Amino acid sequence: MNRFMLSAAALALAASSQAGAQGKEPLRIGALLAVTGPASFLGAPEARTLEMLVEDLNAKGGVDGRRVELVLKDTGGNPEKAISFAKQLIEEDRVFAIIGPATSGETIAVKPIAEEAKTILLSCAAAEVIVNPVLPHVFKVAPKDSHAAEMIFRRMQKMGVKRIGMLSSNTGFGKAGKEQVEKLAPAHGIEIAVSEVYDKAATDLTAEVTKLKAASVQAILNWSIEPAQAIVIKNARQIGLAVPIFQSHGFANIQYAKAAGAAAEGVMFPASRVVVADALAATDRQKPVVTAYKKAYEARYKEDVSTFGGHAWDALGILVRAVKEAGLEREKVRSAIENMKGFVGTAGVFDFTPADHNGLAIDAFEMLTVRDGKFVVLGP
Amino acid sequence: MPASRLARIGLFAAAVVAVQLATQLAGKGFLLTQLTMSAYYTLVALGLSLLMGYAGQISLGHAAFFAIGGYATGLLTTVDLAARRGGGLVHALERAHVLVPRPDLYGGEALSVHPWAALAAALALAVAVAFAIGIPVLKLKGHYLAMATLGFGTIVTSVLLGTEALGAADGIGGVPPFPLAGGLAVGGGRTARIANYYVAWGLVALALLLLANLVESRVGRALRAIHGAEDAARAMGVDAGRYKLRTFVLSAALAAVGGVFLTHYNASIGPGEAGIMKSVRYVAIVAVGGMGSLWGTVATSAVLSFLSLRGTFGTLDDAVFGAVLVLVMLFSPEGILRLDGRAALAAIAGRLRRTEARP
Amino acid sequence: MSTELVLQYLVAGLTYGTIYAVVGVGFNIIYNATGIINFAQGEFVMLGGMTAVTLHGLVPLPLAIAGAVLVTMAVGALIEVTFIRWLQRPSVLRMVIITIGISIMIREGALVLWGESVRALPYFTGNEVSSLSLGGVHVSPQVLWSLAVCLVIVAFLRAFFQHTAVGRQMRACAANRDAAALCGVPTRNLVTLSFVLSAGIGALAGCVVSPITYTSYGIGAGLAIKGFTVAILGGLGNSTAAVAAGFIVGVLESLSVSLLPAAYKDAISVTILLAILFVRPSGIFGSAEVARLEAR
Repeated sequence: MNRFMLSAAALALAASSQAGAQGKEPLRIGALLAVTGPASFLGAPEARTLEMLVEDLNAKGGVDGRRVELVLKDTGGNPEKAISFAKQLIEEDRVFAIIGPATSGETIAVKPIAEEAKTILLSCAAAEVIVNPVLPHVFKVAPKDSHAAEMIFRRMQKMGVKRIGMLSSNTGFGKAGKEQVEKLAPAHGIEIAVSEVYDKAATDLTAEVTKLKAASVQAILNWSIEPAQAIVIKNARQIGLAVPIFQSHGFANIQYAKAAGAAAEGVMFPASRVVVADALAATDRQKPVVTAYKKAYEARYKEDVSTFGGHAWDALGILVRAVKEAGLEREKVRSAIENMKGFVGTAGVFDFTPADHNGLAIDAFEMLTVRDGKFVVLGP
Repeated sequence: MPASRLARIGLFAAAVVAVQLATQLAGKGFLLTQLTMSAYYTLVALGLSLLMGYAGQISLGHAAFFAIGGYATGLLTTVDLAARRGGGLVHALERAHVLVPRPDLYGGEALSVHPWAALAAALALAVAVAFAIGIPVLKLKGHYLAMATLGFGTIVTSVLLGTEALGAADGIGGVPPFPLAGGLAVGGGRTARIANYYVAWGLVALALLLLANLVESRVGRALRAIHGAEDAARAMGVDAGRYKLRTFVLSAALAAVGGVFLTHYNASIGPGEAGIMKSVRYVAIVAVGGMGSLWGTVATSAVLSFLSLRGTFGTLDDAVFGAVLVLVMLFSPEGILRLDGRAALAAIAGRLRRTEARP
Repeated sequence: MSTELVLQYLVAGLTYGTIYAVVGVGFNIIYNATGIINFAQGEFVMLGGMTAVTLHGLVPLPLAIAGAVLVTMAVGALIEVTFIRWLQRPSVLRMVIITIGISIMIREGALVLWGESVRALPYFTGNEVSSLSLGGVHVSPQVLWSLAVCLVIVAFLRAFFQHTAVGRQMRACAANRDAAALCGVPTRNLVTLSFVLSAGIGALAGCVVSPITYTSYGIGAGLAIKGFTVAILGGLGNSTAAVAAGFIVGVLESLSVSLLPAAYKDAISVTILLAILFVRPSGIFGSAEVARLEAR
């Protein structure tokens, strides 16, 4: 049902743009998201968030009186479709900027196309290589894997954990995380005794966790964004492996905690503050932003908010603020984004520089845990 | 070459040119991008059409050959051996122009394999794998053959996903354009769009010529004999095994060529290109176009791939493929071009009147 | 590796194995009655799980499962009547292609109906962390449920095909369709029955493994491939062998994780299958002529 609503809404938005075409030129934004397919738990919330925000913006008169048009393309997680749609968005739909893609693999494929066409690309994907080395028109709004790994390792050091077993999925997200973990582990005195990669569609991981048990690890670190995250922790507890379990920031969607039920208790992971919006102190800079997003999203779509949807919120928000500052001129907007400071988003507070097209520091993350089936902030 | 075939190729060429001019006139030159990509997918479908239609062998893993071609060239043209310049082999290869310097995306200079050499290597690899797989697999029949080809595709996907050196889930990116003669190159840049379109469809035309000749030759007749009644053909002295194997290898080579050029056009390739879903799509295209009907395959592939790449079906892309597949297989199993309207209607009428044929 | 560890890997293998075994059995039922390999078999498993979760929101668990099985059986019958009956002596190629098309349509339909989210039934007994300790080896009670259901299905099928009139008619149908029809066996209805039976079994399997593996719209394709592998490995047409093959494949995959990188796990079963096919094309237990005669 959601899918039809989405396409219908996108069509309506595009069509109705004709009506509102008097006066200023509309702000046409392209979105390349994996709404269906294996990465849909990333792309679908992102698409829904964009749809919701664009409607909101237009209801309030648009951006500086300009109507916002969203052209959404469902790539299904396929890089070749992402490439084809990117070219379509740039040449046919003549979008001002592109939000997305949702996965690292697609972003890497689309990056050179956006750069060649001098179209601003605000990717919602996590891989560090997207903005490292920096390409002038390519930005990333998802937090750094290295920061997430760092948060986890700091906690591990505190707990005196020295020997861990690592599991990751065979997706771009899992692979990027694995790289960062392996890079940073030695500096924290942590030995990765076993490191296994499993298929993203895996339905049971008992054998893999048995291997970890055999290696007598002191903690488990799982890095993936699929439902397999919940399966891993269930299987671990079922075979009697009682060690602490850490997850990546991919766990930051309460449906995984629900799916894993009792097994999720005590799992620790870094996440942006949007998933614990209610528990934030009143003085927290992000509190108004994340609370508003959470309320609006949950009221409209009757599903729990996640950090993934938040990436779309951040991307659009950054773009809109830049357009407000610099008008509808590409290079000026690009420059505005590159020098933007203090943008309060759902993933954290963004401070861009020409050398840092991601803008998030380690304090964007908070270490969370699951207690009684809810996400709470992990105390010191 | 008989005049009729020449005429058909001429017609095909005319159609290709007409489409390009039409897009130019309508100011929709950007459509050429999707048309060009479709052409490379059509190469795979053509080879598969030969295999399924003439040799009667099903292959549920053909996308793997496309991926082998694409990954081979992707890997070889993006590898950077600049650090090993001192070594004897690297030095010799550089002198022979097999290894050439090229600027990389971030302003440095890398030493990689020349795309032509990479193409040769990719073809050699695809052919070798096809031989190695083909010899045991083609001895199987029916469902067992289907399973074996499916299994082959699964293994290739697994290897691609599980190997870091091949980019694992991210695949290989930053693949340079493929230089043809005189400054022309196969690559995704906007300026070379029209030229790339003609190159791609030119390759399809070449493939059509090659296959059409094959089909009319002794080899083609042998294949049809095998398809019709293998035992009888063997009794007549036709070495069925050898012909089936050669067809398999040829179809694999065609798929690999498609993979090589699309990788250069897209400047990247990912493990999704080897997957079962892609293989099923190729089979669907061939089935809908009419197995063994080369023209039908070209038409179907061009249309369906194009529409899919344009996102015309939106999120229902797979559903449309599935529905078209089922409908065509039910009502027009010889393919959509050989749709026998009367027969189809008669079948429906018969069903409605509950006078069914034998169970 | 200690015996305890080996046993733990074995238990892991049994979990996978049960899932594969039941899908493989489903393939065989339809194959025996019609000679068709139904690639949509995996979708029956998916439908069973998804429908049960939806129904569970309205009625208690046992009713939800029963309801899901019935609904899926109806879908199976619908597929047979709408699509399969049309065909007159279709070639293997055509049948494979049609059933693939049908499976795609079912999957997309599920996507429209249920969205992309992942669902699961609650554990029949215990919860996500409960496990029984049998001599140092830990196993989730749900795995034991799956095993039990699998064995019950096998026993039921045995009894059905050996001892009931309808079952014997189906075996006749499998052996020689025309002769059976001449003997007055209602072959057309039996074909429908085979689809219904297959769908029901798949749905039941989907329900019982749903707490372990989660269900979502896309799980059908992977299951179909594994099930097909297992059915061929056991020899097409031989259900008991399919179950055995399922467990063998499951255990081999599990043990492979202890030796090789888990990334290649999926390739293991396929490689083994290919190796076996090249040596013995009719499967481990199968024999080309006998396979068609027996509908166990």
